[in-house]
Amino acid sequence: MNTFDPPAAAPRGIWPKSMLSARIAKFRELGLLGFIILLSIGVQLRNPSFLTLENINDMATNTAILGILAVGMMLVIVTRGIDLSIGATLALSGMIAAQTVSAFPEIPPVAVLLIGTVTGLVSGIVIGFLVSKIGILPIIATLGMMNIFRGLTFWTSGGKWVSAHQMPVDFKAIATGKLFGINNLIVIAIIIYVIAYYFVNHTRTGRQIYAVGSNPDSAVISGINRDKILWLVYSIMGGLSGLAGVLWVSKFASAQGDTASGYELSVIAACVLGGVSIAGGSGKISGIILGSVLLGILNNALPLINISAFWQTGIQGAIILAAVLINAIVKRGVDRNHLMRRKI
Amino acid sequence: MAEYMLELKGITKTFPGVKALDNVYFKLKPGEIHALMGENGAGKSTFIKVITGVHPADEGELYFNGQRVDIKNPTDAKRMGIAAIYQHVTCYPDLSVTENIFMGHEKIQKRTKRILWNDMHTAAEGLLKELGAGFSPKTLMGSLSVAQQQIVEIAKALSVDAKIIIMDEPTAALTKRESEDLYRIAEGLRDKGAAIIFISHRFEDMYRLASRVTVFRDSRYIGTWNVDEITNNDLIIAMVGREITQLFPKKEAQIGEELLRVEGLGRTGYFADVSFTLRRGEILGLTGLVGAGRTEVCQSLFGIERSDKGKVFLNGQEVNIRKPDDAMRKGMGYLPEDRQKQGLVLQWSIGRNITLSSLKKVSGKGVLNLEKEANLAKSLAEKMNVKAKSIFDLAGSLSGGNQQKVVFAKLLTTDVEVIILDEPTKGVDVGAKSAIYEIISDLACQGYGILMVSSEMPEIIGMCDRVAVMREGRITALLERHSITQEAILQAAMADERPLQQQY
Amino acid sequence: MEPRIVTNKQPFSYKRFFLQWEWMLVLLFLAITVMNMNLSEFYWDYENLRDATMGFLDKAFIVLPMVFVIILADIDISVASIVALSSVIMADLFNRGVPLELAMIICLVVGTVCGWINGMLIVKYKELSSVIITLSTMIIYRGIAYMILEDQAAGSFPDWFSYLGWGYVGSIPFILIVFTVFAVLFSLLLHKTVFGRQLYAMGNNTTAARFSGIRVDRIKVIVFTLAGLMAAVTALFLTSRMGSTRPNIAMGYELDVIAMVVLGGISTAGGKGRMIGAILAVFLIGFLRYGLGLVNVQAQILLIIIGVLLIAAVAVPQLKRSNRLTRNT
Repeated sequence: MNTFDPPAAAPRGIWPKSMLSARIAKFRELGLLGFIILLSIGVQLRNPSFLTLENINDMATNTAILGILAVGMMLVIVTRGIDLSIGATLALSGMIAAQTVSAFPEIPPVAVLLIGTVTGLVSGIVIGFLVSKIGILPIIATLGMMNIFRGLTFWTSGGKWVSAHQMPVDFKAIATGKLFGINNLIVIAIIIYVIAYYFVNHTRTGRQIYAVGSNPDSAVISGINRDKILWLVYSIMGGLSGLAGVLWVSKFASAQGDTASGYELSVIAACVLGGVSIAGGSGKISGIILGSVLLGILNNALPLINISAFWQTGIQGAIILAAVLINAIVKRGVDRNHLMRRKI
Repeated sequence: MAEYMLELKGITKTFPGVKALDNVYFKLKPGEIHALMGENGAGKSTFIKVITGVHPADEGELYFNGQRVDIKNPTDAKRMGIAAIYQHVTCYPDLSVTENIFMGHEKIQKRTKRILWNDMHTAAEGLLKELGAGFSPKTLMGSLSVAQQQIVEIAKALSVDAKIIIMDEPTAALTKRESEDLYRIAEGLRDKGAAIIFISHRFEDMYRLASRVTVFRDSRYIGTWNVDEITNNDLIIAMVGREITQLFPKKEAQIGEELLRVEGLGRTGYFADVSFTLRRGEILGLTGLVGAGRTEVCQSLFGIERSDKGKVFLNGQEVNIRKPDDAMRKGMGYLPEDRQKQGLVLQWSIGRNITLSSLKKVSGKGVLNLEKEANLAKSLAEKMNVKAKSIFDLAGSLSGGNQQKVVFAKLLTTDVEVIILDEPTKGVDVGAKSAIYEIISDLACQGYGILMVSSEMPEIIGMCDRVAVMREGRITALLERHSITQEAILQAAMADERPLQQQY
Repeated sequence: MEPRIVTNKQPFSYKRFFLQWEWMLVLLFLAITVMNMNLSEFYWDYENLRDATMGFLDKAFIVLPMVFVIILADIDISVASIVALSSVIMADLFNRGVPLELAMIICLVVGTVCGWINGMLIVKYKELSSVIITLSTMIIYRGIAYMILEDQAAGSFPDWFSYLGWGYVGSIPFILIVFTVFAVLFSLLLHKTVFGRQLYAMGNNTTAARFSGIRVDRIKVIVFTLAGLMAAVTALFLTSRMGSTRPNIAMGYELDVIAMVVLGGISTAGGKGRMIGAILAVFLIGFLRYGLGLVNVQAQILLIIIGVLLIAAVAVPQLKRSNRLTRNT
């Protein structure tokens, strides 16, 4: 490496260390963790059956699907997009998978998972095409495709349910079975998180997703293929929704036209809670794990402390709004601090 | 090795309606710092974009180390070792410094394609140390100051082993001491054999750093000199190219009573202690370097951004302006700096643009009277001598000068007495410039009080009755007509002083 | 210098007149009519058509302000939840003994306040998009409706209340008359007033609008408040037609409404489009739905059709633009 003497008059002090925003980012995850712990303790005091092994396992299993979807949603939001179609994609893939197993009961579970994932992947590719190549706003494209996928779900099923007795035991075992004593859903979620962590942090493509979200114009100057990245994130989102669809149908042992209706909102809530910025460019795997866990606990704990299930929607909405507003206010504080530091 | 690292011959670049570069020459020796100077709109930025492949040249020849080359896109330029550091840093605020340095050429393991973070962090740390920066490569880009971000951009150029580094107005947003550090870095790079093209307004930068200087004016090549062979005066004439008073048709206006008085105006982080008065028929210039806070002062007066200290009086009455609507009601109008983004709705016709600020006048009870609107628009378009077939021509189809006339027409539909003009001739061709000066001068004669922000020295000297000079957010000099000189303004704009103490 | 003569009369151009999106909608409308007439002999019948109109006009009230919202290059996906919340509050109050007339006024107030909250949040937090703000309030408003009624229905309104959604003036449906009045009002507001001109200016270039002295924040709040108010008007008519209400009433209306607006030629990029287009789109989708209903096409297939229409309506202009771009370069 070429070297020359560092200028003597430029000691450390000249560049003020301004890592406030970084510190706040760290602080928010600790804060979230603290909040989860406090919430758990509070609920436990009200209802001792909360922190039992059985309930924790239950909660983790329930959160797994949410967590899987949050990975895809995080990537979409990082590129400044949003995907409202995932509930419908999930339902469509789940329905196709359920019909396949009810028609061919001897099909191996892995093949079913594959069928569901591929269905979701195709759905995601279509959305990615609309957003990246045609240039439709993500909200409009996914709102339209949501309707189309929902309609297709009803159409393929002829409006009928696929219920538990039409599904072979093997299929239902996907969600109930265990590997090394841990529920399969949790295992799958963990595998996906490990892959996702490696992907977003240690591959060029993963980093390019963040670059596109952080500054789309610079990304093009840096030679990043923006269209390709956008197409990719919606495809990943679709693939994960497809996988989640099979898991969902296996877990609840039924596939219906309105499966997971409105579930996309929970997923977005998990991301926003986990600190994924709606303005794009930032979001961490550890954050969305915490976000998903917090939502999972809330959903599980509210009935345990006698809060009506009908309050859940409202509470979820309030949490999203609060998280978004707090993010914005913290950001303003950081910007203001930067200004104060200027020498005027 | 060839005598010149980079040689450009007869480069011409045309954009729809504008010749941005007209038969331009440039020669860069290895290991030199070469200053490129010129007024706003002289073609400096287009010139960089030609070299970096963002806008390939239409005509002319490029030689790199004596070899004829074509630079068709940014990748070509990158391959040849050309890197540019832009005035407005283009970075990824949400990513770390390391990533910003290595974006597009990350170090990855050959087989697994894994990003080698440790290698990259170490390399980045080395580069930063070399440049004398004290922050860690893991810091988020968005949390750095502009000066620090510029260091990162330079590190980025070093990381690709750039042979030719272009710095576009790098000191514009820096304080004195930060600039001093930048000079040292530039010299260090030169001593290592890199050639640097240094673009700047500041004479100070040129004398401090460059060994040779090339001047562009009105998109044309004027000449190249050794810095120690050309006098300051000759350089100014080369840049400005004309006797300053010739171009300016300033008529003497009757200067009347005080219209606007500003006392101790301040906005945290942008400007402080700004005080001045403006009288009827007077043209008050507001100048200083880019980033000195001139536009911010104007926008605070007009209610775009709120100031947090100080008082404003209009016609002797203290006013509290919260939004542009208030300012216009109280009699103050503003011609924004960026007419395409802030002044016009480009998709709209000229007529609609002209009446946008004063729809009340062409409506009754909130309902538009289209005939009245068309008549008002027509009369003002003609008064401003806008060159167009009808008021239904799209604003976006006009040339820069004509667009500016439309914005003037819009300003005149409102009942204002004080007019703030923010860089009224920016990006306007020479012919249209004098027409705009005539308009400004006429307005002063009609009794408007005019506050004119400008970076162009001749304009300020030729047009203004008094001049306020700003530096780093404060007014450093208020010059009366007889004492307005190039030297006085330059001295006030960048006088050698310690940075003001930090405010918390 | 002699001032140039600038004309202030716009010459009539056949090209400009016929190259309007609305003509395509008219053609599409005729095509649907012909198709429906072939599909079913019951279609072309005054009374049938009239009654079908009553069935789809409820949500059309929201289309009117949504045109404003989308001209501003914003979006409001909370409107269906506002319908639900104002409807639920009205019915619940009535069932608790509040006079229906008062409950109806409160319904309108609730909708207005909900819309105002959306507008204020969007104006105060400019760094957040209207997508995320109205997404949050969409969940919250619906959530409050669930808190109030849980899984119950509320209703048993007096007979006169059903007149709103089912009644006639002579042989013309009451709802059609009310809609026509609102449609005319909103069209005039958009195309003939200062307010409308300012809306278009903001949609094309908010910064320039602000620098021209337009009170952009106030206009944005007004627009979102209008969306809330009209959602409450929809709530009145929809509740009247249903005879009772549940928290899940009007589910998915936001999509129908946005689809109609976009199909009506209002660009999601802002600043372009006319009210008449959106109104044509309301009838187009309404009659399409009615015709397909006559031949027993399932409601779910209609979902697909509306989704495809929405995407096609946005994609076609986009494709045209990118074609032109490629030709230029």
